[in-house]
Amino acid sequence: MNIIVCIKRVPQTAEADVKIDSTGKDIIKDRLAFDMNESDSYALEEAILLKEKFGGTVTVVSLGYPETEDTLRIALAKGGDSAIRIKAEDFDEIDGYKTAVILSSVIRGLPYDLILTGCMATDDYYSMVGQTLAELLDIPHASLVTKLDITNNKAQVYRELEGGLLEHLEVNLPALVTVQTGINTPRFASLIAIRRAASKEIKIVGKSDISKDIISNATLEELFYPPVGKRAEILTGSIDEVVTKLATIIKEKGLI
Amino acid sequence: MAGILTLVEHRQGVIRDITFELLTLGRKIAQNLSTQCSAVLLCDNAEKFIGQLKNNAHRIIVMENSVFKDFNAETYQIALSEILKKENPFLTIIGHTAMGMDLGPSLATQMNIPFTTDCMDVQIFDGKLRVIRSMFDGKLNARILLKDNPSYLVTYRSGSIPVETGNLDAEVVKLETPINAQPEYRKFIEYIEAAVGAVDITKADIIVSVGRGIKDKANLPVIEDFAKVIGGVIGCTRPVVDAGWLPKEHQVGSSGKTVKPKLYIALGISGAFQHLMGMKNSDTIIAVNKDPNAPIFNEADYGIVEDLFKVVPVLKNKILELKQTKA
Repeated sequence: MNIIVCIKRVPQTAEADVKIDSTGKDIIKDRLAFDMNESDSYALEEAILLKEKFGGTVTVVSLGYPETEDTLRIALAKGGDSAIRIKAEDFDEIDGYKTAVILSSVIRGLPYDLILTGCMATDDYYSMVGQTLAELLDIPHASLVTKLDITNNKAQVYRELEGGLLEHLEVNLPALVTVQTGINTPRFASLIAIRRAASKEIKIVGKSDISKDIISNATLEELFYPPVGKRAEILTGSIDEVVTKLATIIKEKGLI
Repeated sequence: MAGILTLVEHRQGVIRDITFELLTLGRKIAQNLSTQCSAVLLCDNAEKFIGQLKNNAHRIIVMENSVFKDFNAETYQIALSEILKKENPFLTIIGHTAMGMDLGPSLATQMNIPFTTDCMDVQIFDGKLRVIRSMFDGKLNARILLKDNPSYLVTYRSGSIPVETGNLDAEVVKLETPINAQPEYRKFIEYIEAAVGAVDITKADIIVSVGRGIKDKANLPVIEDFAKVIGGVIGCTRPVVDAGWLPKEHQVGSSGKTVKPKLYIALGISGAFQHLMGMKNSDTIIAVNKDPNAPIFNEADYGIVEDLFKVVPVLKNKILELKQTKA
């Protein structure tokens, strides 16, 4: 089975202090760590597990800047067979739609039975690239998948709905599945594998290799800090002081 | 002016709450643009739903067929693409839900109309559509301008607008269904209910909930000790379940449990939107987090900006002390 995995290198912002830069359209990145988007790493692991079960190849594709090659090498070290970087520096105003169009124009020329992507990138929060890509390639898709079984050229997919309810679908291959976090336990790449992957070739594809004009559907005009809601009363003082205040509040409310 | 379409979301025979949020938004936009808001209802039995929708839209566009009993993005796309071609709406609004996320992107791509997701606000000025949406793990908002077009499609985040009941009397427009069976290449099989776990956190008065901030499974006993002392059960965020530190039945959030305890203590939880959806209606919310800008502090009543591991042991002892004085 030939599997394509689309990944994205993103700033790790979940636990970081995120600040807007002077352009007002991007964030200050110099103090942030970058890594493979979380759900993409689950998609990659799922691809490697399927390859281990059925044989075949895993091709990892990413639209990204040169540093993305580091992320692609980690993917190769984990078990990817080949990697393609599409030069993000060749394009401007990359939105979810444009990303999908660019990916589709590269993937269309590759053999595949299954395409896996993460269900959402934590930087732009779109949750749309995989589904759009499937439509452009004219293959069925299923999103937010937390369980995937392949038998007889069909995928049994289980989508996670609100409240933890699962939606079981049967989808014919070739298909695209967007993977939700928690579907598996992503492996770590061994040091030896990382060293080996360092010398592997990464194919670079640029705008000139994509023979069509691609327009964006959306323009980011401005980033801003979310309006402060009701905002908690922040208790201040030494640990002992704040804890005493808190315990008193809990007691006064009759909760203990 | 071309109208506004909003998609009715139903599952297992019940209209989902997001539908009434979408209709509230749809009516507001329609009013501003002096046009009509239509609810699009794809289902197997329209009668039982129409009563709930009647006041809330100018029109209800119905396709009634057993193929729509359970959601399948593919059957919905086939139906909606027909409806969009016929109606030429200015804007189609779908929930940013498991259903809307599966359907919206491919529908917009097929119809070749500008699309964006997870909108918290939709602004229309001079025929141009701007939306406000969340980025970077919910830490920032972005204002996005969609490409100029006569028709747009967006998915809208639940909880972004207070529901208002309309005072309209919708005209019901029944349309022929373009399909009678699910396509061979993508079939809905069944729903599978979440496994019932050992604990039901939705029944607890006090929930002590942990996020990524607990760093490691090995740190859980400290939290469990504290929960025992305060008389609470353990809740958690999605990453904690993904990491295998706690079973799924402890997960609070849109894809986990929705809880409303008397006291919710969020430890090392930054406050992703999906988590907030599951706990923001708790009576009292206390948050402990090192990051003063963590979104959780916007939902909490009381906050402590500090390492949870410094706070929890001291708080445990303090609670013990107070309990003993009480006795």
